[in-house]
Amino acid sequence: MFDDLRDLYQEVIFDHNRNPRNFRIMDDANRRVDGFNPLCGDKLTLFLKIDDSHVIQDASFQGSGCAISTASVSLMTEIIKGKTEDEAEALFTQFHEMTTGKTEDINLEAIGKLAVLAGVREYPARVKCATLAWHTLDAAIKNQQEAVSTE
Amino acid sequence: MSIFPIEQIRADFPILGETIRNKPLVYLDNAASCQKPQAVIDSIVHTYSHEYANIHRGVHTLSVRATDKFEAAREKVRAFINAASHKEIIFVRGATEAVNLVAQSYGKSQLKAGDEIVISAMEHHANIVPWQMLCQQIGAVLKVAPMNQNGELLFDEFALLLNDKTKLVAITHMSNALGTINPVEKIIAAAHAKHIPVLLDGAQAIPHMPVDVQALDCDFYVFSGHKLYGPSGTGVLYGKQALLEAMPPYQGGGDMIRTVTFAESTYAGLPHKFEAGTPAIAEIIGLGAAIDYITSIGMENVAAYEAELLAYATEQAQQIKGLNIIGQAAEKGGILSFTLDHIHPHDIGTMLDSLGIAIRAGHHCAMPVMDFYGVPATARASFAMYNTRQEIDILMQGVQSLIEVFG
Repeated sequence: MFDDLRDLYQEVIFDHNRNPRNFRIMDDANRRVDGFNPLCGDKLTLFLKIDDSHVIQDASFQGSGCAISTASVSLMTEIIKGKTEDEAEALFTQFHEMTTGKTEDINLEAIGKLAVLAGVREYPARVKCATLAWHTLDAAIKNQQEAVSTE
Repeated sequence: MSIFPIEQIRADFPILGETIRNKPLVYLDNAASCQKPQAVIDSIVHTYSHEYANIHRGVHTLSVRATDKFEAAREKVRAFINAASHKEIIFVRGATEAVNLVAQSYGKSQLKAGDEIVISAMEHHANIVPWQMLCQQIGAVLKVAPMNQNGELLFDEFALLLNDKTKLVAITHMSNALGTINPVEKIIAAAHAKHIPVLLDGAQAIPHMPVDVQALDCDFYVFSGHKLYGPSGTGVLYGKQALLEAMPPYQGGGDMIRTVTFAESTYAGLPHKFEAGTPAIAEIIGLGAAIDYITSIGMENVAAYEAELLAYATEQAQQIKGLNIIGQAAEKGGILSFTLDHIHPHDIGTMLDSLGIAIRAGHHCAMPVMDFYGVPATARASFAMYNTRQEIDILMQGVQSLIEVFG
């Protein structure tokens, strides 16, 4: 019945929505930023533990959102663990270009599993669901204290 | 009631023939904005083709024609809500502007620090924020009458809020997020017993039920044209003449003056005092056409038909496991707000869209209502006179299927 949506709602997305990874409060986090999408009311809190050599040792999140935003933040926390801040920012750039349709070529090697979210570029109303997590990460890496808003 | 001419009505709305993602459109987002009948579309085309010029200005023929049609639309609005005089009908951009007008003109001139304004827990942001802005400007205090879990106003608690300091009650006639129809007659009686004027936000009520402002005895009534099958950019402020006379202008400019010198200006009489600048001329004439159209069907008939649709939709929705109806007031208009266990409203919205079904998913500009129910958002199907039981079946099948897909 929902054949048209197969590109958007891939099985990986349902899986992460049902069982979000790294869905926990991190007591010893040294970065904590709230992300908010005022259009839909989605809220998330991102926790990071970044060591002295700028490597993301741990990432987790709390919050509620749609399947796209939940899967996006869940996948993100998986992929950024062990990456340096610069590597994570580079991923953000690639992810942003992929989801906003700025580039047709997806660097699968770099972006890996995140490619399952490429389908949102056909749904302009849903792009922000996918990118909220990454804007929040960007703020956390830059050590901004203020909550992030998609608007 | 004679048989409701649903097939004819549907044929009158060309957009209902559209396909969305290769499916026939099922338009259930009427609380956000209604579609337009051919008569309204034709009216706009006719105005721009034959009768368009600026109004209230020229001596030339086209200006006279446009002015006559514009003022005829005012008379149609007057008759539609049974106002006592055309002077009580102020054209604005929408219900939002009408509330802002009352807040800034009536509120700023009549209220002072420490005075209280009473609203309800189920208001749209348009009937919250303008009052908050006024309160910040003059030091007035906003009081919120609570509601119960069904989304019904707690009338006794509302009445307790009315005191010597209360200078205005501003309350929705029908909630956009919940569908609740408020007991406005009782509300007005209680307020008037204490000489407190009442503004009703009729943005949702106006397309669904007959409204008689004299019978209601409300002091202000506001609504938007685009929710009444009319063009966007149109709205109406009804106000009792004595109140409007005493209020200062909201905006200054052309059309609202009697004389202007650099020393001072004097203002035009009602209704023009509140209509600075060139209005949405063709659109307001189009609103007149929308009122002609809906009047030809009859508001009583529309209300009865939509009540049946809502009852059917509610009954069907109650049979879906995991579906929670948000807003179960005994008195409700054609709005079915709901959540699904473990499925976010935005996902519901996108999945239904792929089936050609347009609903609203979000906070419906009523974030305090979402907070009250502890949800970030709801999915909302809202009905108009052109919707059918068959469309409700398509909606419910879609909801069932997406529950299965999400597992």
